[in-house]
Amino acid sequence: MSVRKLKQAVMMLFSSVLVMTSSHAWATEISSLNLRQGVTEVSRNAYSLHMIVLWICVAIGVVVFGAMIYSMFAHRKSKGAVAASFHESHKVEVLWTVIPFIILIALAIPATKNLLLIEDASNSDMTVKVTGYQWKWSYEYMDGDAEGVKFFSALDKASNDARAMNSGIDVSKVDNYLLDVDNALVIPTGKKVRFLITSNDVIHSWWVPDFGFKKDAIPGYINEAWTHVDQPGTYRGQCTELCGKDHGFMPVVVIAKEEGEYKKWAAAKKSEADAAAAAASSDKTWSKAELMAKGANVYGSSCAACHQANGEGTGPFPALKGSPLATADSAAGHIDIVVNGSKTNPLMAAYGAQLNDLDLAAVITYERNSWGNEASIVQPKDVKAAR
Amino acid sequence: MSTAHAEHEHHGAPSGLSRWLFTTNHKDIGTLYLWFALAMLFIGGSFAMVIRLELIQPGMQWVDPDFFNSMTTMHGLIMVFGAIMPAFVGLANWLVPMMIGAPDMALPRMNNWSFWILPFAGTMLLSTMFMEGGGPNFGWTFYAPLSTTFAPASTDFFIFAVHMLGFSSIMGSINIIATIMNMRAPGMTLMKMPLFVWTWLITAFLLIAVMPVLAGAVTMMLTDRNFGTSFFDAAGGGDPVLFQHVFWFFGHPEVYIMILPAFGVVSQIIPTFARKRLFGYSSMVYATASIAFLSFIVWAHHMFTVGMPVAGELFFLYATVLIAVPTGVKVFNWVATMWQGSLTFELPMKWALAFVILFTIGGFSGLMLGIAPVDFQYHDTYFVVAHFHYVLVTGALFSIIAAVYYWLPKWTGHMYSESLGNWHFWTSVIFVNITFFPQHFLGLAGMPRRVPDYNAAFADFNFMSSIGAFGFGLAQLLFLALIIKCIKGGEKATDQVWEGAEGLEWEIPSPAPYHTFAEAPEVK
Repeated sequence: MSVRKLKQAVMMLFSSVLVMTSSHAWATEISSLNLRQGVTEVSRNAYSLHMIVLWICVAIGVVVFGAMIYSMFAHRKSKGAVAASFHESHKVEVLWTVIPFIILIALAIPATKNLLLIEDASNSDMTVKVTGYQWKWSYEYMDGDAEGVKFFSALDKASNDARAMNSGIDVSKVDNYLLDVDNALVIPTGKKVRFLITSNDVIHSWWVPDFGFKKDAIPGYINEAWTHVDQPGTYRGQCTELCGKDHGFMPVVVIAKEEGEYKKWAAAKKSEADAAAAAASSDKTWSKAELMAKGANVYGSSCAACHQANGEGTGPFPALKGSPLATADSAAGHIDIVVNGSKTNPLMAAYGAQLNDLDLAAVITYERNSWGNEASIVQPKDVKAAR
Repeated sequence: MSTAHAEHEHHGAPSGLSRWLFTTNHKDIGTLYLWFALAMLFIGGSFAMVIRLELIQPGMQWVDPDFFNSMTTMHGLIMVFGAIMPAFVGLANWLVPMMIGAPDMALPRMNNWSFWILPFAGTMLLSTMFMEGGGPNFGWTFYAPLSTTFAPASTDFFIFAVHMLGFSSIMGSINIIATIMNMRAPGMTLMKMPLFVWTWLITAFLLIAVMPVLAGAVTMMLTDRNFGTSFFDAAGGGDPVLFQHVFWFFGHPEVYIMILPAFGVVSQIIPTFARKRLFGYSSMVYATASIAFLSFIVWAHHMFTVGMPVAGELFFLYATVLIAVPTGVKVFNWVATMWQGSLTFELPMKWALAFVILFTIGGFSGLMLGIAPVDFQYHDTYFVVAHFHYVLVTGALFSIIAAVYYWLPKWTGHMYSESLGNWHFWTSVIFVNITFFPQHFLGLAGMPRRVPDYNAAFADFNFMSSIGAFGFGLAQLLFLALIIKCIKGGEKATDQVWEGAEGLEWEIPSPAPYHTFAEAPEVK
């Protein structure tokens, strides 16, 4: 086969692939057989590159397996085939070294282009800092309309209840099971959003398939990534780097809103944050019932994954039910371990950095007065004093 | 004096337990390695059954997530270090001396030691599962800081087990290199060696090069965990990404350590049943050496998502896809060997052909994964799981099974049961594809790996995959039955065993006598 013929063949293959890929513009719900096209230039490029490589592999497979299968039928001893004696040909060896090499170069060109595009986070319109925690994400808006807004995004309650061992809940009835969060990240459409991705503990990886990239969240590193979404919508993904017990339970949800909607959301989120901060820092003395109600929620989203909803713990995570610390007359030790983390066991994180004084007081109160525990309640000012 | 000498010349295998404990005979040690690998295959396989049981339907039903993580971790470690690697060393022990016309391995006492470290290392590794806080639960790649600061106490035992496995591998490799370089029969020049010997020679160099790197990585983990260093702890000025670079500098050559001997096995089997010489012998040797060289400069393709500079990503992308060239050459050569041969399809050939087709599928997905901008989508999803099980199960493991079928008559002196073997082959091939092919789709649809639970959208393919896994697991019991039956008896095997078999190991009696080639054969 001459090089020109080969070139023609490769070009034909490429163009037929492009025709095929462009005619399949299906939507972004989970496709059961193939990579999704997604909603960004990067993801569409990844998809078409994926299809090109796939079809090249299919073509090579047809040739190689075809020859093999033909030989398996035509060159059988039972059909009287007598073995030929050839066992070497430099010409053939050179040919099947050079042809794959040319195919690879043809592949490397679009791959390089896409890679350069993905890695170029310059000229972004806004920046969101993404921090991985065991086992939730934190999002902090560094600039723009929502500047200063910061919140945690963890598995939503419906999924969290259903995923408990033998919960008895039919998970196929839970909406977006394991793919929904309590607080989604919200970004504006039509803007280049830059993400600064890092981690507070172990390595996580932030992935939204519809955006076409994943990037590891590594303690001590700040990785950069970006996206530019045109279509408003809700885009779901998951943590993709094994990060401990609940690796399978820390989804990523991003809602893209049109700019006007986004501004409204940002304003609402800001005032909500202000109100929460004011409540937390006020000198108000809270009643036990108020603290217990609030504490139950905080416990569910921050503590139950390890210490379990029934407070009995699991594996390396100790029980709180009947624990000496949680039932001691003085709450000081209990407040210390929750606010500052455990000195001896790194699995117990310092929640002082994640929760405000009110939430901490509420959850500590909850832990001291649930599952048969009966001990003093804790006020936000006690937590403040312990920080 | 003369009687003692005569006894020494002609003694057979000693009997009892001490035969196996103190043996320096390459065939006995090969047998020990192979039985150890088979035992580990079943233990590691049972962990896979637990994984697939939990994943058979969405929701958490059987094991808690922490235990699930320790199952995925131990499954990987046991299969890589306990099953595949020792099986290939066992094959090398049995076959390398017989293929090059040597009476035994060059360093027989060290050979004994390299094997007997393994059961202790394996037991120590498995014992972690019963320790307080649970066994290692950070994946077989044990990325820091999950494996250092955040790991269970049993991790220190895991570290020592890895050290011991490393000693064993390094000693085994030195022995293989020493044997091949020094003990070839007169006339057995390097370029006349059977390909299995060639691939093992190159593999042994890879092992000596990278096992110390692994030892370094786990030693740094050990001091990070116990002696206050911060090699991998960002809070102390260390670097978690350094761990990944060191690990994969070991890890990538490691995956070729598990596949190069497989290439060797298949290159022995296909010519035999095609009754035609291997096509492109010298290009096979050069392709093996090229793959070995390239394996050292592609490691960071496992880390495309860690945030490397774009120049680094481009380098690792180009170097990675380049591996397709020598690997392609190998596959083309096997097909050309079959072409216009006189083919028969005894069981070793069936397994070898399944290897060629299914390993190539694993190679295709490997090429796809090498394309960095798309790897950002595939990375750490079930697509990767599908890929490496195609190369390691239908690649490495299938070649080991093919080798057992091919040489079992030589080892035992009996032919295996054809019908049992056919059942084993067809059930394995069908179920293995039901297990792993749907995992491509799961990964493309977005299911991450190493998760104990998933959205109902992934339910159908997971169900299929679990059914396939149970079937494949059960099918391996047929393999065990076949081996035991073949050892106990069966149709007497001829010396040549296979009509088209060529090579020194087929010129000695079946079963191979306890001592062979006391006098070196002449190779023309």
